Formats: sequence, C-alpha cells, structure tokens
Amino acid sequence: MVKSTGGHSAAISPVLRLSSFAIILANSTSLFAQNADNASGNLSQSTIVGLIVLVLAILTYGVLVFGDRLLQVSIKEIALEKGKPAEEIQKKYSLVPPLIPHREKELRKVISIKKGFDVYIKGRAEKKIRELKSASYAVKPIDFPGISPIPKLLVKEGDHVKAGDQLFFDRHRPDIKYVAPVSGEVAQIIRGEKRKVEEVVILADNKLEYRDFGKADPKSLSRKAIVEKLIESGTWPFLVQRPYGIVPNPADEPKMIYISAFNTAPLAPDYDFIMQGQDALFQKGIDVLNQLCAGKVHIGLNAKKTHASVFTGVEGATFHWFEGPHPTGNSGIQIHHIDPIKKDEVVWTIKPLDVLTIGRLFEEGRYNAERVVALAGCEVKEPQYYRTIQGASIENMVKENLLNDHVRYISGDVYTGKKIEANGHIGFSDDLVTVILEGDQYEIFGWLLPSYPRPSVSPTFLSYFFQGEELEVNTNMHGEERPFVVTGLYEQLLPIDTYPLHLFKAILTEDFERMEGLGIYELLEEDVALCEFACPSKSPLQKIMRQGLDMVREG
Amino acid sequence: MKKLLRQFFDNMEPKARKNKYLYTTFQAFHTFLFVPNHVTRNGSHIRDGMDIKRLMVHVVIAMQLALLFGMYNIGHWHYAAYGEYTGLAEGIIPKFLFGFFQLLPVIIVAHAVGLGIEFFFAANRGGEVEEGFLVTGMLIPLIMPPDLPLWMTALATAFAVILAKEAFGGTGQNILNVALASRVFVFFAYPTFISGDTCWITWDTNILHRLFGLGAKVAEYGPESSAVVQGFSGATPLGLAASGLQTGEKTLQGLDAITHQFSWWEMFFGFIPGSVGETSAFLIILGAVLLLVTRIASWRIMLSMFAGAVFVGLVFNFMGLNPFLQIPWYYQLVMGSFFFAMAFMATDPVTAAHTNQGKIVYGFMIGVMGMIIRVLNPAYPEGWMLAILLMNVFAPTFDHIFIQKNIKKRLARG
Repeated sequence: MVKSTGGHSAAISPVLRLSSFAIILANSTSLFAQNADNASGNLSQSTIVGLIVLVLAILTYGVLVFGDRLLQVSIKEIALEKGKPAEEIQKKYSLVPPLIPHREKELRKVISIKKGFDVYIKGRAEKKIRELKSASYAVKPIDFPGISPIPKLLVKEGDHVKAGDQLFFDRHRPDIKYVAPVSGEVAQIIRGEKRKVEEVVILADNKLEYRDFGKADPKSLSRKAIVEKLIESGTWPFLVQRPYGIVPNPADEPKMIYISAFNTAPLAPDYDFIMQGQDALFQKGIDVLNQLCAGKVHIGLNAKKTHASVFTGVEGATFHWFEGPHPTGNSGIQIHHIDPIKKDEVVWTIKPLDVLTIGRLFEEGRYNAERVVALAGCEVKEPQYYRTIQGASIENMVKENLLNDHVRYISGDVYTGKKIEANGHIGFSDDLVTVILEGDQYEIFGWLLPSYPRPSVSPTFLSYFFQGEELEVNTNMHGEERPFVVTGLYEQLLPIDTYPLHLFKAILTEDFERMEGLGIYELLEEDVALCEFACPSKSPLQKIMRQGLDMVREG
Repeated sequence: MKKLLRQFFDNMEPKARKNKYLYTTFQAFHTFLFVPNHVTRNGSHIRDGMDIKRLMVHVVIAMQLALLFGMYNIGHWHYAAYGEYTGLAEGIIPKFLFGFFQLLPVIIVAHAVGLGIEFFFAANRGGEVEEGFLVTGMLIPLIMPPDLPLWMTALATAFAVILAKEAFGGTGQNILNVALASRVFVFFAYPTFISGDTCWITWDTNILHRLFGLGAKVAEYGPESSAVVQGFSGATPLGLAASGLQTGEKTLQGLDAITHQFSWWEMFFGFIPGSVGETSAFLIILGAVLLLVTRIASWRIMLSMFAGAVFVGLVFNFMGLNPFLQIPWYYQLVMGSFFFAMAFMATDPVTAAHTNQGKIVYGFMIGVMGMIIRVLNPAYPEGWMLAILLMNVFAPTFDHIFIQKNIKKRLARG
C-alpha cells in the first residue's frame, strides 16, 4: 500500500527555483551597484557579495533538503513498520512540517486533481445517529436507469411480502430481481403518466420477517453461485455498470469493481463515520466482489482525510489516493485517472453502504438493507444521521425539523438527487436527504445586483472570494436557458481529458463517432452535474448526457 | 416600488401574450428587471448565480472606461483642430460634453436598430431575446470613426445583425464577430468614411460646436473647415507610419514621423485620433484586467495574441527593411487598436476557438496576421479587424485539429 518512489527530481526543482531567484537577486544588486559607481570598471564588491550570498543560499537550502530527506526516509520506515499511512506518523514525529508540500505524495501515490469546484452549503449533518422509525418503505423503478417504464409487477396492493421477496422485474431483462426491503403489506402502487410505475410502497410490519437465502462464505463459493445468490436476493442492482450507469449484465466480466470511499458532493455523508465498526461486514462484501471480478476490487480514498479502518484495513483490494475538489469523489473521475474505460470494456461500481448490504447477505443469510443516511441542508433544524432501512419514508425525519415550509426535498445530493415529496421515500441506493429552499421568487435586477449570496464558480460574485463559507441555497435557476455561449468553463470543472462542450454538441447532433471519440463511455450524469450547475446558459447537461448514453447503448 | 413594478408586470402579462412581438418585447424587459421565478426541474437542483445577462453586462462594464475616454477624445481633437483648448487638461468639460452629445446618437441608433432586429427575429423564432447584442451594441459605436453618418451606422448594424448573426441562427451560432462585421461593411462599402487622415476627427461645426464656446471663433473665420489651424492634419500614428509626414522640406518617415506628433506615453494613454474607443491602451488594459480577473475573457487568447504581435514586431525590427518595419514593437502595440482588438474583439467566446489549445493558436495567429496586414500591406492601414475575421473563419479548424487529436489519443488506448 505504502509505496515509495525516488524523490530526487522533486527535491531538485525547488533548489533550482530558489537558486535562480538568488541569481536574479544577486545580479540586480550588482546592477544597482554598477550604476552607483560606474567609474570603477572592475568587478564590483557587490557582485562578489552577491555571489557569496548565492552560494550560501544554495548551501543552506541543500542542507535543509538533505535533512528533510533523511526525516522522510525514517518516517517512511516507521510507517512501513506500523502499517499506517505515513501522513499520520509524520504529524507525530516530524519537528518541521514538510519543507516541500509535495513530499507527502511520494509516500503513497496521490493523484491530485485540480479541476472541479466545491460548493459549501449550510446544514452539514452533525455526527450523531438517531433511530428512525418509518411507517412505509418504497422501491422506485426510476432509480434504475435503463429499466423499462412499466416493469412487470409480481405483487398487487394488499399482498404481504417478506424482506427479500421479489416485487417486480424489467421486461427486457427478466433475470434481474428487484425485491422488497422490509416485510409488510404492499400498500400502494403509485402510477404516473401512461401507467408508468413510480413507486411500490410497503407498509412495514412491526417485527420484520426476512426471506432466508442461507449464510455462506464467499471465499468458498464459485463465481456462478455468488452471481446467482446476489440476483436471487435482489442485491445485484446495487452494482452499477459503467458505461451507461445501468444494472450490470451478469454474463459480463468486468475489468474491475470500483468503490469510492468518499463523496465530495455538498453535504455528502461521511462514510467513515456511518460505517464505523462494520469492518468485518465490509470485508465480507469485498470478498464477495472479489469473487465476481477475479480479485480486481479497487478502492478510492481521500488523501486529505484520515480514513477509518473500515476502509484502510480491507484486505484484497487495491487502494488509490485522491485529492481535489468535487467531482473527485465520483468513481467515474477516479477510474479515468487510474485506468480509463475503453470501448467494449465494462467496469462495475458500487457505493460503500451497498457493499455492507451484500456483506450482510452472506453473514446473516438475508436481505438486510439497514443503513445510516444523513439528513442535511440549509433548511433543516437539526441536521444529523438516521439509522433506517433502504427506501424509508422521510416523513418522520423532516416533520417539525424544518426552518421553513416552502422547501425542496431531495433524495441524494443537490447536484444529482431526485426531488421527492415531504412524505416521499429515499431512493434505492441513496445515503443522503437534502432539504433546501424552493426559489420560486422574482428577484429585481438579480442578475446585476444579487440580493443575497449564492454559490458560483464565477469571480464576479463576492461569494467566490469567501470560498469555504457555508451558504444558504435555493432552487432558483438564476437566469434563463440560452444557447451555448461560454467556452472553456466545463473544461475547468470536469477533470477528464476530453472536450465536454464538444461532447454535448456531438450528442445534440447525434454524431456517434464523436461521442465515442470524446469518451462518452467514461461519463455518467453525475460527472457532468457540476458543469450543469455552473453553466451560465442553464443548459440541461445531465439530461443531454443521458440522451447520449441511451443513444449509444441502443446503437 | 418593487411591489408596484411586480404588479404592473403581472397585470401586463396576459395582455402581452396575445401578440408574439409584444410578448417577446414584454419578456425582454420583464427579465431585464426581474430574474424570473423559474426553479430547477430536472438535473442539478441548485444553479450558479451566473447567467448570460450578467456575463454580457460585465463585458459592457469593462468597456465603459474606454467609452468615457472616447467621448473626451472626440471633443479634444475637435477643439484641437480649431486651435481651441489645445492643452490636454484644458476645457475638459466642454470637450467631454461635445463628445458625449456627438456619440450619444450613435449609441442610440446602434442599439435601436440592432435590438429592433433582434426582437423581431426572437419573436418569429418564438424564443426569448438573447443578450449578445448588449455587447455588440456597445462595441459598434466604439469601433467606428466619430463622424460616421448615423444612417451608415444604422445600415452597418443591420447588415451585421442580419447577415453575420441571425442568418446563422442567432446568438451562439455565428461564425464572424458581429461588431467587426458591421465595421467591415462600412470599410468596404464606404471606404472614404473610415480610412485616410481626415475621418478620425469631428469637423462638424454644428449646434453642439456653438454651444460649447467655439461659436464666436467660427463666425470670425467663416464656417466649416476654414477655421482649422494651419498644418493640423488629424493623421493617426498609423497613417503617419504608413505615409510619412511632410514638415517643411523634409519628409519624416516611420518612427520619426510618429514621434514628431505623438510620444509613446501619449499613445499609451490615448491622446491620439482614432476610432472612438480604441485609442487609450491604458484604459483598455484596465478593462481587460477586469475581464481576466472575473474570468469572463480567455487569458489564453489575450496572452497568445500579445505574444504573436510582439513576435512579429520583433521579426520586423530585425528585418528593418523600411521605416515602417523599423518602428519598435512596443510602439506598434500602442499605435492602433491592438489592445482594443485583444481585449474585446478576439475574446468573443462564440467566434473564437472553443478548445483551450485552439485558443492559443487562434490568438497567436491573430497577433501574427494583424501585424502583417498592418505593416506589409499598403492597402489597409490597420490589420486587427481583418485578422480577427480571418481567424474567426479558421477557429473551427483549429478546434477540429485538437479534438481529433484527443479522439485519436482515446482510440489509441483501446
């Protein structure tokens, strides 16, 4: 895990920088001196002084760098001995902070991402967990991109189901099962336009009954048996296939399974906190995944953070360290920097909490979708974490816990989440509920003289210069939709080597070759969501992205 | 106040809906006054405060210093021609007022014609009026000679908006810079009004002229240009550089001809005849800094265009074949409209290259082409307009090259 690379090149460049600065300094002093006593044509005294200063500066710097190197070496050794990230130990043992900030990267290969932007929103969840008792739970077909709008329902209103009983399946892919998260009575099947199934709502029993799938040790099972078990138990849809962001095809052999252990979206839950103490379950989940992809499980960690042992202690996974603003936490961005997805390649991703559910399936032999979700946002009185079950109603969470009535409830983060009602249900694999103000108000001359601070990537706003300040946000569009005018902005916000603007234009003109050439396989809506937020033309980029993905998927 | 306005607009809306032209006009003013109450429906639930209106207005703001100075400069050269207030600091108020009243009709005409056409097309398209013309409408008065007849301004604006913009599908679709299209129209349709030595100064002895204290003098000398000071030519530094200056028996050439009339600092601060807004490099640079700090204009274009012009300037200095080539590069930069073209013309995001690497090539090529046209081509005294229009046409090609490179790189992976 802890890798060391030769650091000489990195150490030399600052020396060069400093010495060149010293040379300039020395020369300029000698120039002034020459101007002062022009008469003497000899080597002036100040030139000699300048040279001496230069030599001394280089020497001093050399000694410092040498000392620093020695310190680094010993820190690395200690780190190796103790099996801890060197950064932690460095804090304890190093008298001086690292001379060269890049130094720490050598100890473990950190991929540093510069592009992107962080928006800070008021109402970050406080680190305490409350139990949430919810009356109803729901499964929403809309949470699975690519599923046919009217899935085949296997239950009807009034039926009683156990947790893990199948509710419906996709007509195009009947092998994949979508199951009930709790036991109880199917209370309602909410249908939308054209009889599209929107939600299957289950009234939970007081004491949950689980369908038994049998405990198992993933290491002793074959891949086929594991796939069957995952599909049978309804945990298969937790896996997301890139490209396209759909439920993966069990017949595929993924290049790797990727888990991002941190989320950089605004108000995102802290996985280290909500998963603490679940080390064994997570390990079990990882073992399962390893069987699926022949041991190619990769985990992305935040280099700026001290991760809990639930992640760092995992065996059988390859670690990658990242630092940078949102969307660095997105698995798509991380995969691009490790091993980009090529045409006809498939990578599966899964969220950390869902790995726990898979772990529980093998540990307990049942579909136990218990999870901790965060309730956050600027309109929440007491933002905090809740222990509940997948698909829970947010009613009891937000009741009498809001500062304002006129709000938007979002299952997920503010960029990619789905709008839900005050008694709506949390999405299939969501771990965050955000509540922000509804912004349906006119603002006089708002485009010229904003009447309240708002997040922006543009330095024309004062708030840009107070980054890190938490803001209240609302859902106002702050303008009207316009054609693409600005260039170069998406490039600043999407840390992927492509031309986003031209990719969007290729999608709009249905230019398949260009879409593929510009890397549509590497992207999902969540990756371009930040561009959509920032777009001054207010273009619906996530929608365009999904159109493009559907187009290339359907051929 | 806000409530009253709100009520007014709410009452007006159903009435305005009956006619598409009326509704478009109504919406344009409505959204100008109020940011609409639209909320996010799908995708990201929060949106950035930045929109196209705010973007465009910042470009307009960045131009204001150059505009104000342009007004003063019109007055200054007008009075200087008649031998009044020849000092720079003398008669600042009459000079400014003269320039203000001279320029105001031009601004009004450009906006009225341009916005009229925009409203018409927007209504027919069933869309909303786009803000692109806010910038174009302000640029057109700034890049025209101060004395251009108003009907010509109107015609040029109409030509540019219809043929260079709406014909291509409106804002965001145009290939050529709209403001430059209007200038190039005047340039080729009425060349005598926009080139030569005399067009850069307002000679009008109209009512304005009399209002601000010159009436007596004109009466004394008789009307029209008979009152012009002996030997006053009104030639711009570029004109001097191209054709030299006759002083007595000697003919001064190149740098000598320029420095005989203007110092470097005068040119830098803009006390020279020229198009309204282009003269003051100093104030334009301030505007450019605003655009760079707010990240509205691309630093890549500005920097590479600067580098291109300096590079060619140095090459010319090195060759030194004729007096024009010998003019030092740092004079070349402040002489004509280099900085104006760099800050406001080349950086138009729609017509410039769209890829970051493309922008560097695009800017550099403008710098190179502009200098070549200016110095080596005897027919056109200034090169930036043509260089930018030429590179506007080439920008998609630059983009294409870099996009293909990216595509090939991606294909090579798999």
